[in-house]
Formats: sequence, C-alpha cells, structure tokens
Amino acid sequence: MEMSAIRTGIRRVPANPSWMSKEVVLLALPLIAFLISFPLGRYPIGIDQLIAVLAAKVLPLQHTWPATVDTVVFNIRLPRILAAMLVGASLATAGAAFQGMFKNPLVSPDVLGASAGSAFGAALAIYFSRSMVGIQISSFVFGLVAVLLGYAVSSRIRHDPMLALVLAGILIGTLFTSGTSLIKYLADPYDKLPAITFWLMGSLASINTRDVTIAVVPILVGIVPLLLVRWRLNVLALGEEEAQALGLDTKRLKLLVVVCATLMTAASVAISGVIGWVGLVIPHLARAFVGPNYKILLPASMLLGSAYLLLVDDLARIMGPVEVPLGVLTSVIGAPFFLYLLQHARRGWL
Amino acid sequence: MKLELSNLSCGYGPRSVVRDVSVSVEQGEVLCLLGPNGSGKTTLFKTILGLLKPLRGSIFLDGQDITVWSRRKIAKAMGYIPQAHNAPFPYAVLDVVLMGRTSHLGAFASPSRADVGVALDAIATLGISHLRDRAYTEISGGERQLVLIARALAQQPQILVMDEPTSNLDFGNQLLVLSHVQQMARRGLTIVMASHFPDHAFLYASKVLLVNRGVAAGIGPPMEVVTEESIRDLYGVDVKLLSAFVDGSEVRVCVPLRCHKTDTARSVPHAMIPIPEPDQVTVR
Repeated sequence: MEMSAIRTGIRRVPANPSWMSKEVVLLALPLIAFLISFPLGRYPIGIDQLIAVLAAKVLPLQHTWPATVDTVVFNIRLPRILAAMLVGASLATAGAAFQGMFKNPLVSPDVLGASAGSAFGAALAIYFSRSMVGIQISSFVFGLVAVLLGYAVSSRIRHDPMLALVLAGILIGTLFTSGTSLIKYLADPYDKLPAITFWLMGSLASINTRDVTIAVVPILVGIVPLLLVRWRLNVLALGEEEAQALGLDTKRLKLLVVVCATLMTAASVAISGVIGWVGLVIPHLARAFVGPNYKILLPASMLLGSAYLLLVDDLARIMGPVEVPLGVLTSVIGAPFFLYLLQHARRGWL
Repeated sequence: MKLELSNLSCGYGPRSVVRDVSVSVEQGEVLCLLGPNGSGKTTLFKTILGLLKPLRGSIFLDGQDITVWSRRKIAKAMGYIPQAHNAPFPYAVLDVVLMGRTSHLGAFASPSRADVGVALDAIATLGISHLRDRAYTEISGGERQLVLIARALAQQPQILVMDEPTSNLDFGNQLLVLSHVQQMARRGLTIVMASHFPDHAFLYASKVLLVNRGVAAGIGPPMEVVTEESIRDLYGVDVKLLSAFVDGSEVRVCVPLRCHKTDTARSVPHAMIPIPEPDQVTVR
C-alpha cells in the first residue's frame, strides 16, 4: 500500500517511513546530480581537487592547483549546472501546473505558445544581429507576448474557456512558428541561419554567470507563487464549474498559473533555446513516484526536473567529441522513456 | 437555512432558459425538481450555486441576497453534489473529500490536521471509511457518488444542491444514496435535488417543483403536485399512480402505461420499470 500512503501523505507524514524515504530521494537526486556534474567534461577535475576548490572559497587554503581549475569550476561548470537545474525545474513545474489546469495529462509548458513565441523572438534578434542579451530579452518578451495574445483571443470566446485557451494557444503558436520559418528563409545561410538553427535546437553550451542571474529572477517570480497555491491546483483539476462550486475563484487561479508558467517557460527558453519533453515527461514520472496530489507532486516535479535536465546536459557534454544539442537529446531520451512509463507504470496514474 | 428563489429567471447571455420561478425551501426540507431533459433544471442549479448570474430575480438565504456574495461565501453555505464522474488524475478518496475544505482554507494553505478530521468524519458518515486510501478513479460509480456526497459534507454547508444524484447508479445504490440524502435532511440540511423518477419524489421529497420548458408547472407536497395529469403533461407518458401500504404508511408508486412520444404508442401491460423517454436512453 505504498502508493496509497503517499497519496494521503498529509495524514501520515510524520509516521510513515516510506513517504519520508521518497522525500529524501527527491531531495538527494538533484544534490547528487549537482556534485557529480562538476568533475565531468573535457577538462577533467578530480573529486579531491573539486573539494579543495570549493573549500578554498570559505577556508584560507593554499592554492596547490592550476588557476584553470578555478575558472572551469566557477565560470564554466557552475553557471551551466545552475542553468540546467533552473531550466529543468521551470519546465517540469510549469508542465505539471498546466496538466492540472487543463485537466489533461498530455499538456506541456508550450501549450499556450510560450516556446513558439520565445523561439520567434530569438530568431528575430539573431536576424537583426543583436547581442546575446538582446537575443535573450527579445526571446523572453516574445514568449510573454505570444501567451498574452492567446489569452486575449481566448477571453473573447464565450463558452468553454479552457478549450478556447488551448485553441488560441495553438493558433498563436502556429503563427509564431511560421514567423520563425520565414525569418530562417530570409536569413543569411552562411552566418545567421546556422545560428538560428542551433539556438532553436536548445543548448546550454554557451551559458555564463550573467545569463543565469538574468533568468533566475523571472523563474523565481514564477515558481514561488505556484508552490504557494499548489494544493489548490488539485481543486482546479476537477474542472471549472466544480471548482467554483467548491469556492475556488478559478478565473484568478487560472490567470496566476498562466502568468507564472509563462514567465518560467519564456525565461528558460530565452537562455537555453527550445528544450522539449521535459515539461511533459517529468510530471508523469513524478506522478508515478509520489501520486497525483499537487501538494507533493509540484515540488517533486521541480526537483526531478532539475536533476533530469542536469544529467541529460552532462550526457550532452561528455557523449562525443562534439557536443550533442541538449534539445535533441531530451527528445531522444524523453520519448522512449515516456513510452516505457506508459507501459510499465501502475494503473491509474495517467 | 431557508432558501428562497424569487421571480428567478436564468439562462445564458440574452437567452432565458428558466423563467420566473419562485419557490422556498425550509431547513430540513427536501425539494425535488422533476422535469424532462432540457427543461432547465441544470441551468437553475447553476444559477442557485452562483455559477451563472441570474437574468432577473433574486436568491435569498435566510433573507440575504446571495447573488452578490463571493464564491467562497456561497461555497461555505451551499454544497454541490454533481453526478458521479471521473477525475483526470487518480486522487485518493480522502484527497477528493479534502477538496471540500477549499472554501475554509486561505489561498496559500493546504488542509490541516483539523481539516483531515472533518473529512474523515464525513467519510465515516457515508460509511465508506474502507475506501479512504483507494484511488477515486478505481472505485465504482455508486462509491464515487458517496465520495462526492462526503466531499459536500466536508464543506459543512447548510444547503445541499444535487443534480440527479442517482443517475448512472444501479437500483441498490440509488436507494443507498437517497437514504443518505434523507438522513442529511433530518440532521437539518436543506436539500435541493433533481430527479428523473416520480417515485423518488414520493419517497424522499417534502416538496416538489415541476419544471416544464423553463417554467414552474407546479409547486407543493408530492402527493398534491405529482399526479397522473401532471406527469403526462411533463413527460408525455400515461401513468397510473398506485398506493401501497408498507408498515402502515402509504407509499405512492408510479406505473407507466403508454408513451405519447413514440410514433406507435405502445401499451405496456405489465410495466415493472418506468419506460425511459427516447431521449433519455441516449448514452451520455
């Protein structure tokens, strides 16, 4: 009866060791992934060296290692590790929240067109030869614009607001995707076109500390309110009318979910490009692991998402002589993994 | 709590589905709405629950106009029991019942130990404690309906609104659910429910409201309002009302004879079950 104990975790939290151990696993996974990611890569760093480098930040240790190690750990690997965890956590949390809101387990964070808008924004900025910061800002802004447009269009449709929102999202997303194609068609095939294509594939290879500090603000602004209202997502998942009859202001909660998830998705896409499947697969993995109650599911999705994307990014770094684009790898791993989950998971979690 | 509808008209946008309904239900009473499909029962319920704004008229709870209340305030006074349905995710029964606590919780809160206590009490009241940890998606339709009633009880309302709580249930579960409804009325809850069966009105209702094409076709005690004529007007079915005496008290039962709605009016000599209307047989 492990699963049922988890589902009713509220009542049994203190007494039930199986729930505790799941909690420990959830917390330990990102932490372990974080630590093992430092030594990995083309410039090998031993564990002892890593510990010394980290310890030297707080203790007055003698520098017995080359300065390159410091640079690699703090300027290259740390920002990349943090970015992978932030993006993974954002996409998974946004996906889980959307799946509840739309009462549909097959929804992912890009359902409202945030990714399509962000991709268009980035392509546009690359086409006009903007700086990296310019590309990120343009990407972020267009991600928000796309969802805003979809929301505005859907609010003009009277019946079935959820369906209207999804349809509007698909429409706006398609428009922006066409726009991206048009920009690619017009772009200089020797210079701009490859840059756009690489960006769209999704990668964290060129992440630096500045990118992380830019993205962390909208991501936190999105993730914290979602975590605060997470229990209410259960009620929202019952459907508009039932949730209202239970006393929930569904309009306000829906708006909050859309705003938060969009901020997180757009900020993620702005620094990493389009990385698919994380927002769809990870909430399912989390649901199979801890049950459907958002009280536990949302933090679980966040933690699993951060660990997952970090590990996949590690793979992208070390797999071959040349980096494999992260977005390609998440799809290649995500799709079969999802199929496996569908076939082998306990009945009822989908 | 006394629920009073006064000259209530409701519908979607400019189109009115229900016109000029006035009825009052006292505390502990069971008001049963009878009417064919599409007569406006559900629209009326949505309006009472505050999901639809009334086009005209008012809804009063103990004399207070609730059409200006917040969702939360309405939910604290009024519980809604929908037809048993499937949830998109396999929530545990206890978690589903806990959702009844929504209106009592702050925006950022999740249920406390006290809320779990209320939910467990509600579950025990319905006699489904053994289902507590089961997934809502994996229990039977009858059990789901009981869970939804427990959820409404956990809401601790004074009024319960039930939209055909027995549809999709087998014979035994129909009676089980309705006997719970009766018990809740005895404990002082005011109950408004819709039904498809005149027999249910005779057995469980203290008041009946007949709804025909959006207007009230009759209001009063079941014995007076539910007659052979009124049922024929309402459903287009000829019926015979029989009286049986069970343990010394009179029980009315409704036996269908023939249906005017079908092209070739069939006569049913030994009808044991009500003939469903043709549009009632359609799969939902």
